[in-house]
Amino acid sequence: MKKLAKVYVALVLMFLYVPIFVMIVFSFNTTKSRTVMSGFTFEWYEKLFRNELILSSLRNTIIIAVIASITATILGTAAAIGISRMRKFPKMVVMNITNMPIINPEIVTGVSLMLLFVFFAARMNLEFGFVTLVIAHITFDVPYVILNVLPKFKQMDPNLYEAAQDLGCNPLQAFFKVVLPEIMPGVISGFLMSFTFSLDDFIISYFTSGSTSQTLPITIYSMTRRKVSPEINALSTIIFVIVVTVLIVKNIIENRSFSKGTREDKA
Amino acid sequence: MKNIISLRDIVVEFDDEDGARILKEINLDIGDKEFVTLLGPSGCGKTTTLRVIGGFITPNSGKVLFEGKEINDLPPHKRNVNTVFQRYALFPHLNVYDNIAFGLRVQKVPEKEITKRVGEMLELVNLMGYEKRSVQRLSGGQQQRVAIARALVNHPKILLLDEPLGALDLKLRKEMQIELKRIQQSLEITFIYVTHDQEEALTMSDTVVVMKDGYIQQVGSPVDIYNEPINAFVADFIGESNILGGKMIKDKLVEIRGKEFVCVDSGFGENAPVDVVIRPEDIKITTPENAQITGIVESVTFKGVHYEMIVEGFDFKWMIHSTKAANVGELIGLTFDPDDIHIMNKMDEE
Amino acid sequence: MKKRFSSVLISAPYLVWMVVFILVPLIMVGYFAFTDPEGNFTLDYVADVARYSNIFIRSVWLAAIATVVCLVIAYPLAFILTRMSKNRQSTMLMIVMLPMWMNFLLRTYAWMALLGNNGIINSLLGLIGIGPFKMLNTQGAVVLGMVYNYLPFMILPLYSVMTKIDKSVLEAASDLGCNSANTLFRVIIPLTVPGITSGTTMVFVPAISTFIISRMLGGGGNLLIGDLIEMQFLGNSYNPNLGASISLVLMVIILLIMTIMNQFNDDDDKVLM
Repeated sequence: MKKLAKVYVALVLMFLYVPIFVMIVFSFNTTKSRTVMSGFTFEWYEKLFRNELILSSLRNTIIIAVIASITATILGTAAAIGISRMRKFPKMVVMNITNMPIINPEIVTGVSLMLLFVFFAARMNLEFGFVTLVIAHITFDVPYVILNVLPKFKQMDPNLYEAAQDLGCNPLQAFFKVVLPEIMPGVISGFLMSFTFSLDDFIISYFTSGSTSQTLPITIYSMTRRKVSPEINALSTIIFVIVVTVLIVKNIIENRSFSKGTREDKA
Repeated sequence: MKNIISLRDIVVEFDDEDGARILKEINLDIGDKEFVTLLGPSGCGKTTTLRVIGGFITPNSGKVLFEGKEINDLPPHKRNVNTVFQRYALFPHLNVYDNIAFGLRVQKVPEKEITKRVGEMLELVNLMGYEKRSVQRLSGGQQQRVAIARALVNHPKILLLDEPLGALDLKLRKEMQIELKRIQQSLEITFIYVTHDQEEALTMSDTVVVMKDGYIQQVGSPVDIYNEPINAFVADFIGESNILGGKMIKDKLVEIRGKEFVCVDSGFGENAPVDVVIRPEDIKITTPENAQITGIVESVTFKGVHYEMIVEGFDFKWMIHSTKAANVGELIGLTFDPDDIHIMNKMDEE
Repeated sequence: MKKRFSSVLISAPYLVWMVVFILVPLIMVGYFAFTDPEGNFTLDYVADVARYSNIFIRSVWLAAIATVVCLVIAYPLAFILTRMSKNRQSTMLMIVMLPMWMNFLLRTYAWMALLGNNGIINSLLGLIGIGPFKMLNTQGAVVLGMVYNYLPFMILPLYSVMTKIDKSVLEAASDLGCNSANTLFRVIIPLTVPGITSGTTMVFVPAISTFIISRMLGGGGNLLIGDLIEMQFLGNSYNPNLGASISLVLMVIILLIMTIMNQFNDDDDKVLM
């Protein structure tokens, strides 16, 4: 039974990783062939780093992700404060609408925003591009911030805020000194989620971007539509290495704080 | 009395994260229709012993005998034994009725009989009318009753109970103690009960098994265990005790801190080091002139039925339970009778 | 009363944002679905959707197969994960989730290289003298792409409900006479229903609405609803009214599926929550 389980896990992992490793291997291939390794080269990496389109769309992606996730975090945290104090009915209405972008297929969210932007573009001087992308990203980021922060209010001792005021804080001080530190884990995870979703988003960006401002996923998509290009393999390899590094570092940090935490519990 | 469960040289070793669950050569006979309590501090192996009997742990060596037949390799679902788990382990997706009916449904008992037997059980544990309730909406005491009914409905020969009252408040715990004893007597089956609460053990059991560090320390009736503890650990664990080191001069004469006392125990040899145990309620207060020992009262606490006093004297802090209170700082005398002095072999310190 | 009002006020910027960028766009989808380009009310476009019923059926069918395959693969895997030691669990979970962090376009692209007629799998098969098989541009490839991309969405919710099952509940089942199969069907599966339903929704919704996977792995012949919508907005046949109608029908289908899924759940745990 134990052995069977191990074989099973190995098979699933193989399924998940074989495509990625094939890409990594062929990113070093001297020819454009995707089946035969003919030699080792860094050519595609060099080409990648000289590709102005990829570099500019990478820059765009990061700028948009930073702006959108920070805005969404501030907007969403403020929203969560208010929502946590709403009465049952308005709260339910607001939460149902907030959940829409999460429940709806991305393509519907993308299309609906596109219709809105087309409407504005025709009447005001709005152009599809940077501004529409930022708005779209904020829109699909905020719900994740709210969903991460809201539970923290539920877990928080309702007397904390009052205790802070009792001890001489004005409402603003009480918020920054007591409430904010309490909800901070939710705010941070909401921010990180927003940031990664923004970096990674393709579908909604696809419907809301213009020719002037493209994000990396959109550039990748146009590359896959054209002829075979080993630069994509090189790009995948770099992204994979970055992801693995980030996750390993994150895991080490978490494990360290976790074992520290349990040690303190035992003391 | 016929033995229903016998444990022979049971050894359990774990290299688990919590290496506490270890048994070292446990030998124990449990009689049919007995109420047996495994008592000891946490980590003493009492739950492990119970899990060996339930079939959740296979011992590394030794034999588990059920009515004389070895059942070491019999999985839990084939043993005629049921368990009430520590935190009840009720099935959250089933209501009260379906939880209790669970075992019978697995055995494919006809629905009509299930209805009858579940009904009996609900009556036994006083939960009539709760059939359709979700178990997650029950109070701790009610969940406890469902857990007991769910186990008993299968008519096990033995019911294992793993600290079942641990999560309940004091008043409810007292009620459930009486209730459990009533159920055990009316059903006439064996209960094996695990607890760290000595009072619970003494109130309910026919036989108490005191355990420490994977060893059985003493097996006996509550009265025996209380009155004749075999060593200082048992004495201290069962009720509060004054424990002093001493030396057995000869039979019926013990020396404590240089002073000789007459006692009733014998057979320890001459000049043997021993532990001397005197129960707080066996020490009587007198005037200093008539006393065996004098001391200064350090503290007095009212405990409801009696006063608990700490008296410093004879190079020892004595704990005394008495209905009369002395004043703090007062010099008083203490006496005890020869048969209140319990002599025990010195515990081998590991 | 005043205090509550002022603290609700702090959410006002979001409420405005929510109305303008979530609610209004969705209303516009509804508006476009029921009007013609001149803005007159019409049911023509909604009725037109019926012409594409074969694409709808294909989308639902392929997404359903992918969902079932994901469930079948993920269920034992999640269970095996929960049986591991705590440290190994978090490492394994990270390894399983890691591919998710790569852009899904790249992941799907990787399969193009594997499945092609001159692809790696066919050349390996060729070495032992079989094939080549046509794998790319088939419905099978589309399902494979869906399974590959969305499998972690199934593993995660299953894993998280399974870790919540108290070990003593499984022991209780065994104590009450269940063998392994009985324990699985009477205890484990009923207790993991919330995970099954939310995993199913999390796989089914993106699978039924994808247009990337069908385009990259399915070739031109296996259009899905997503492709159809995309074509009405960004393709050659620009027709936002029809696109909105199709989107609306897609939302209705998903809403229907989620309602059915919620029937299996207890009233207090909702899908996705």
